[in-house]
Amino acid sequence: MEKILTRNVHKENSETIEVYEAGGGYETYRKTIGSVAPADVTEQVKKSGLRGRGGAGFPCGLKWTFMPKEKTKPHYLLVNADESEPGTFKDRLLIEEDPHQVIEGSMLSAYAMNADACYIYIRGEFVRPAEILQRAVEEAYAKGYAGKKICGSDWSCELVVHRGAGAYICGEETALMTSLEGDRGYPRNKPPFPAQAGFFGCPTTINNVETLACVTYILERGAEWFASIGPDERNTGPKLYALSGHVKRPGVYEAPMGLPLQDLIYDLGGGMLHDDRPLKACIPGGSSVPVLTADECNVNLDFDSLSKIGTGLGSAGVMIMDSSTCMVNALHRIAYFYDHESCGQCTPCRQGTGWMRRILERIENGQGRDGDIDLLKNVADNIESNTICALGDAAAWPVQSFVKKFRDEFQAHVDAGKCTVLTNA
Amino acid sequence: MFGQEFEKKVDHLVTLYPRPQAALLPVLWEIQKANGWIDGECEKWAGQRLGVSAAHVHGVVTFYTMYKQRPTGKYHIQLCTTLSCMLRGSDDLLVHLKKKLDIDVGEVTPDGKFSLARVECLGSCGTAPMFQLNDDFHEDLTIDKVDQLLDSLD
Repeated sequence: MEKILTRNVHKENSETIEVYEAGGGYETYRKTIGSVAPADVTEQVKKSGLRGRGGAGFPCGLKWTFMPKEKTKPHYLLVNADESEPGTFKDRLLIEEDPHQVIEGSMLSAYAMNADACYIYIRGEFVRPAEILQRAVEEAYAKGYAGKKICGSDWSCELVVHRGAGAYICGEETALMTSLEGDRGYPRNKPPFPAQAGFFGCPTTINNVETLACVTYILERGAEWFASIGPDERNTGPKLYALSGHVKRPGVYEAPMGLPLQDLIYDLGGGMLHDDRPLKACIPGGSSVPVLTADECNVNLDFDSLSKIGTGLGSAGVMIMDSSTCMVNALHRIAYFYDHESCGQCTPCRQGTGWMRRILERIENGQGRDGDIDLLKNVADNIESNTICALGDAAAWPVQSFVKKFRDEFQAHVDAGKCTVLTNA
Repeated sequence: MFGQEFEKKVDHLVTLYPRPQAALLPVLWEIQKANGWIDGECEKWAGQRLGVSAAHVHGVVTFYTMYKQRPTGKYHIQLCTTLSCMLRGSDDLLVHLKKKLDIDVGEVTPDGKFSLARVECLGSCGTAPMFQLNDDFHEDLTIDKVDQLLDSLD
């Protein structure tokens, strides 16, 4: 497939506005702002079938239509560059290698929603990417692509890079708003949805970096073109897959939505890291989605194919584990992560994530007790759906799926009082 | 508080948001840059400047992992040990770093040169294992590469 989102990656000086514009960058922007009605931009995005690339896969154009038509308060677009889902590192590539692509897509989207300001919330650890983005924002201002009366139109919109400070939860859209307001990153109940009452109570939309980067191409080449990429009208467009773990060539790969997982592992990824260690398990959408066994890995990487087999595309962070991987150890790491990152607002998540981590710790250390495996599942079941935000579900799903699909291995740990995988590897 | 340049920077940050309190995170970044870490005095100052209580600021400082509540070493090493890095050998690096620096996680070497933290996913899973050394990512690490890098630092 022709490279779309990654076409400028590894070009010399790809982060500068000169290189971006030499390749046709901002042409769509200049043609659209003030000339195309904002509602028509939204309509195109709706027709393209673009679904959110951050994790939830919500239809992007539909999300935009939730913004009020009449403006009584400022409107905001928040760009979610708080990329923190374990296994995910695609937005960082776009920001580092092609920040103007992110800016053009974001500002076109801001125009569609008649936004007064667009804040790019980037995770605090991305110090260098934030510097690259900041320079790109200054270049965009200098060209009149942000600020007052953009491209000679009546539309004004500020563009600000805002750094987070280390908190996974701020990638959750309502937590991101709370954090941007200068507070602890606590998620909020929905409703009210951000489009009704978001950033400081004003209509707000939050979209992922990759989602917004797609918008420019939808307007440039048409919604039909975008929708023609991928298996069907519900799973469309080019997609970035972040491949990590036990493969020869980990990295970010661009391919059509619906790429066969086997192609990603054995073709693009160069196959398993060690030729004598076959595939054991795969987490296809960042650590929050249920794990797949090797037998389940004959699947296409799109929203519906993965949800049909009980997992999800999530952020398309594909983590590969070979036969030497101890599933208790792997799950312990995941559980440790969610315990560390729970914001502490909701009791089931605050208490449950720590409880699951401690049970896994003792099984891992050979001190597992009879009943621990059922207890683990019980705790996970009681977190799921009982929290304000999806972090609770994200903590529960890996535990439920690992225990269900690799129960024998967990049981062997408890029975033997030690790891039976690592010693056999 | 930290000179005219700092005050100017803070004044500018406040203009970027609809309300001053939204500038808290960026202002705390500026404080940390100037002071090295954030103490109670800094929290009080930030609260007064942005119209929120010192308790609110303290709540924010303690919520986010990157605001330092005590000084770290001149070189602060943050090693990722989340799943993708673990699969590619971050545990071996952790053992090696502890031994090489003769400190545990959360400690600073007696000469103040190095400090070590174990952190969660830094979004660099395709180039695992990795750590963040002050502001920079160091990727595709091996024990040899770690030794070379750390030995080259003044």
